[in-house]
Amino acid sequence: MGFDALAGQAGLSVDVEVMRGATRIGVCFEARGGVTALFGRSGAGKTSVLDMVAGLLRPDRGQIVIAGQVVFDSAAGINLPAQARGCGYVFQDHRLFPHMNVRDNLLYGWRLAAPDKRWIGVEQVCDFLGIGGLLDRRVRGLSGGEGQRVAIGRALLAGARVLLMDEPLSSLDAPRRGEIMALIERIRDELAVPILYVSHDAGEVSRLAAQVVEMD
Amino acid sequence: MTALSPEDWGIVALSLRISAVAIGGAAPFAFGCAWLLARGRFAGRVVLDALVHLPLVLPPVVTGWLLLVAFGAQGWAGRLLADVGVTLMFRWTGAALASAVMAFPLMVRSMRLSLEAVDVRYEQAARTLGAGPARVFATITLPLAMPGVMAGLVLGFARSLGEFGATVTFVSNIPGETATLPLAIYSALQVPGQEGAAMHLALVSVALSVAALLASEWLTRRMGGNRGL
Repeated sequence: MGFDALAGQAGLSVDVEVMRGATRIGVCFEARGGVTALFGRSGAGKTSVLDMVAGLLRPDRGQIVIAGQVVFDSAAGINLPAQARGCGYVFQDHRLFPHMNVRDNLLYGWRLAAPDKRWIGVEQVCDFLGIGGLLDRRVRGLSGGEGQRVAIGRALLAGARVLLMDEPLSSLDAPRRGEIMALIERIRDELAVPILYVSHDAGEVSRLAAQVVEMD
Repeated sequence: MTALSPEDWGIVALSLRISAVAIGGAAPFAFGCAWLLARGRFAGRVVLDALVHLPLVLPPVVTGWLLLVAFGAQGWAGRLLADVGVTLMFRWTGAALASAVMAFPLMVRSMRLSLEAVDVRYEQAARTLGAGPARVFATITLPLAMPGVMAGLVLGFARSLGEFGATVTFVSNIPGETATLPLAIYSALQVPGQEGAAMHLALVSVALSVAALLASEWLTRRMGGNRGL
């Protein structure tokens, strides 16, 4: 499989600072390809960093560059809205839309993406994630592992230039964890999309990540 | 149940028409108010909240009299409407306005609760998938709030079918024009020997109200099912 659209310009550079209550959250890192882990105890602000990259939380100052495009720059007054950032966000609680079936969830972002931004098709995603049999199911009937697969597929189909994963294994039982972990490894190795991976589990991080950004 | 006379059917039809026009006309405004109260952050929010709820706590006769003052022949709104050839006084359209005003707080309340119950995390997810504010509203917020919005419409409809005080004060009790179910029942009870007619209409009232409550209960239950992640 060749995803030339992403090759060469993939990457993420983040240098941001924000006050949440009385704590200051600040990180500075560059992620090229593969998995970059944000690692630290809970409450360290890891999810806030993903929210800032995705455009759901506005940093107090700093700069965020996704695939060569400046999406936030406090000094230059640039702040692209979330819908223009091309981040595939896989939330901890998967957040699949409860009033749509699996197919409509998967296609939600795909239909909105400009054709030249799409780099993977529905069939390909279904094969890759093993969710072809779930398309007509209601979201409520999905198991935790199935829900997480569909959430990953939905993010990829929206034309994600970077995948943001917020502890995607934390709500799963042990066997499902192994499955989804193997899947994330395959995404890392076979798809050219960089992954920013939040975790507080040292085992996950050492198995998946090429680069670790520690937060405390 | 003995059959209703043609006059009785006429009263039922008039009531349904007045309520349908009242709720249909008030729905967009009620939804707008519910949206502002649920999501808006502006200085006059408390004032708007109080104004919306006023018809719920005012004596209906006061609401009817205020409508008379505003929309009567000498009222400022009445004169504006007269210029474009519309009169509300003693007309069924006036009855529709009165019942719309009285049903307004109930509609806003139910719609507001359902909008507040929509989890903003779904809206955030939609934004990261490329949806702008209008699309998020149309594809996520509105469908998730829809059962509560519908419940608000049904409750408002039921409330407006029962409207009495403001209507009789504003547009009087004119058979065939403004005499809705409650007003016709009241009239029948004023005449000795008319208890039978009152009973028929009262049974229709009960049936309509029960149906509306069941419908709104069903819709509210559906809303509960949509909420969980």
